[in-house]
Amino acid sequence: MITQFLLVKIFRLILLIAAVATLSFLLVSSSPVNPVDAYVGTAMLRISQDQREIIAKRWGLDKPPVERFGRWAGQMATGNLGVSTIFNEPVLSVIGKRFVTSFWLMALAWSLSGALGFGLGLIAGAREDTLLDRGIRLYAYTMASTPTFWVGMILLMVFSVSLGWTPVCCAWPPGLSAEQATLWQRLHHLLLPAVTLSLIGIAQITLHTREKTIEALRSDYAVFARAQGESIIGIVFVRALRNVALPAVTLQFASLGELFGGAVLAEQVFAYPGLGRTTVEAGIRGDIPLLLGIVLFSTIFVFTGNFMADLIYHLVDPRLRKTAGAIS
Amino acid sequence: MLDIQNLSIRFTRYTFGLKKKEVCVVRDFDLSIAPGQVMAVIGQSGAGKSLLAHALLGILPRNAKVEGRILFKGKPLTPERLSALRGREIALIPQSITALNPLLRVGVQVARAARLSGISKKDVPTTVRRAFSRYLLRKEVAHCFPFQLSGGMARRVLTATATVGMADLILADEPTSGLDPITAREALTHLRELADTGKAVLLITHDIAAALQVADMVTVFCAGTTVEVARADDFKGLDQLRHPYTRALWDALPANSFIGTMKPIERTSDAAGCPFQPCCNDQNTVCGQSTPELKDSGEGRVRCHHA
Repeated sequence: MITQFLLVKIFRLILLIAAVATLSFLLVSSSPVNPVDAYVGTAMLRISQDQREIIAKRWGLDKPPVERFGRWAGQMATGNLGVSTIFNEPVLSVIGKRFVTSFWLMALAWSLSGALGFGLGLIAGAREDTLLDRGIRLYAYTMASTPTFWVGMILLMVFSVSLGWTPVCCAWPPGLSAEQATLWQRLHHLLLPAVTLSLIGIAQITLHTREKTIEALRSDYAVFARAQGESIIGIVFVRALRNVALPAVTLQFASLGELFGGAVLAEQVFAYPGLGRTTVEAGIRGDIPLLLGIVLFSTIFVFTGNFMADLIYHLVDPRLRKTAGAIS
Repeated sequence: MLDIQNLSIRFTRYTFGLKKKEVCVVRDFDLSIAPGQVMAVIGQSGAGKSLLAHALLGILPRNAKVEGRILFKGKPLTPERLSALRGREIALIPQSITALNPLLRVGVQVARAARLSGISKKDVPTTVRRAFSRYLLRKEVAHCFPFQLSGGMARRVLTATATVGMADLILADEPTSGLDPITAREALTHLRELADTGKAVLLITHDIAAALQVADMVTVFCAGTTVEVARADDFKGLDQLRHPYTRALWDALPANSFIGTMKPIERTSDAAGCPFQPCCNDQNTVCGQSTPELKDSGEGRVRCHHA
């Protein structure tokens, strides 16, 4: 049963990658970005037309699009995503390094927003229609309709510029390399971008958990629990916690796509050298191999999130678990 | 054990924005049960019978208002006293098996009910085991999730959950609805057994035939009011019954004439007059003018101008 589940998922991932690869290749080839211009950059005036043609020929840009796609896809299948033109480094190693930097940011923001959002949702749901609930809802609705970059700029102005508590940019102090920076310095630089990301991320999980809590409190089993002398707090924390947490965990894993999107904006505002900022750079400076590489990587990243959500549901929900056990 | 006089349940609703409106669902409801007795409350579906059980447990929604005198073991049942008694001395057997949490193991749920009823932590496992064996549930059932149980088993689990704390007053809300005759019979037998051990059982149902199998007394509930209190034996024949509504219910039974002449009774808010008047064949002018009092009649009681 579990092997079948995995096989189906892997098959779907392959299909998804094929579709995303085709679509993004199509978009890039019809975009006005000229890879040779992007590569040559500021040296454009010093390079003759002949030299450009030599570069284009060397890269196979004189071939028809279908053949180019075939060659690119073939290389991709063997794990060669090409060389980034702006970093002059293999795409895979650029993505690897940048992702590690982004990973800590996203992991911190993700766990902060998950824990806080779930807690706030439980409180709001258990105290439905009180002042506390209204306050939490107001916060959630405000954050749900606020752009990430704007929150980032406000926090930057308050905490970095006015109060001077947090650094203005980057993932470590300027002038040092990543290896030279201490853990404390890195955490210090991580704080504000992570808070920005989680402030926004909290909204969705709070509202969702609140709905589920209210639903649970109105359910037949909650009424029966109250008849047994259970308090509201007892129902929320003893009886219904599993019923509320299960969909919340699913939602949190499924929101990895939004987290990635948020990271692009937050990293840009804080000049945080993660994968998000690299995406923007690759786009602006026409680094096509890197851009395509990141697109494929984010596809796998979001897919993994959804896959984890599915897997956890199968492992934790007894209704799915038992039937799975019965079949295998 | 329990004595209710002039109970009313009102709901406040908001209509058109901020306009408040009070809806009276139950009024002038009287009932009393003695230990060892099964008292059936019968009435049409949707007449507010389940609200009665919820009112007695104090678990109505916040916009509900309960008035009247409720005496439990001789003392008034205040909200404070009620929250201490709920689950300890008064227990509910719910209507539907969805009252079991689908994601918690059955044993955990029964154990929690036992703990809430005041049983000490170390005695919980023994008590739960005893409750399981009382209702012929195997030990392994404790490790099951509700979806793994059959309907009859799930009902027995509900009964076990409600009775694990040895409450003195058991409220059974439609315990036979949706059950096949054999399982329904079994559920009713369990209620009878509880009464025979000295507990008071309030059996709330719309199924008269089922109720009569085990009840000692019957309170007939019509349009939110007690219209008759009769011995179960009185239902053997039409002439023993006091109120036209009860007789109409009796007539509608498959075993009798099987005729349903009544239309459903709509509660006409706080208008004066007999609540049953719109459907009654024996009415005259006095029925439209004043609400009849509940008066003693033989071993029962009746609320009718003509009885």
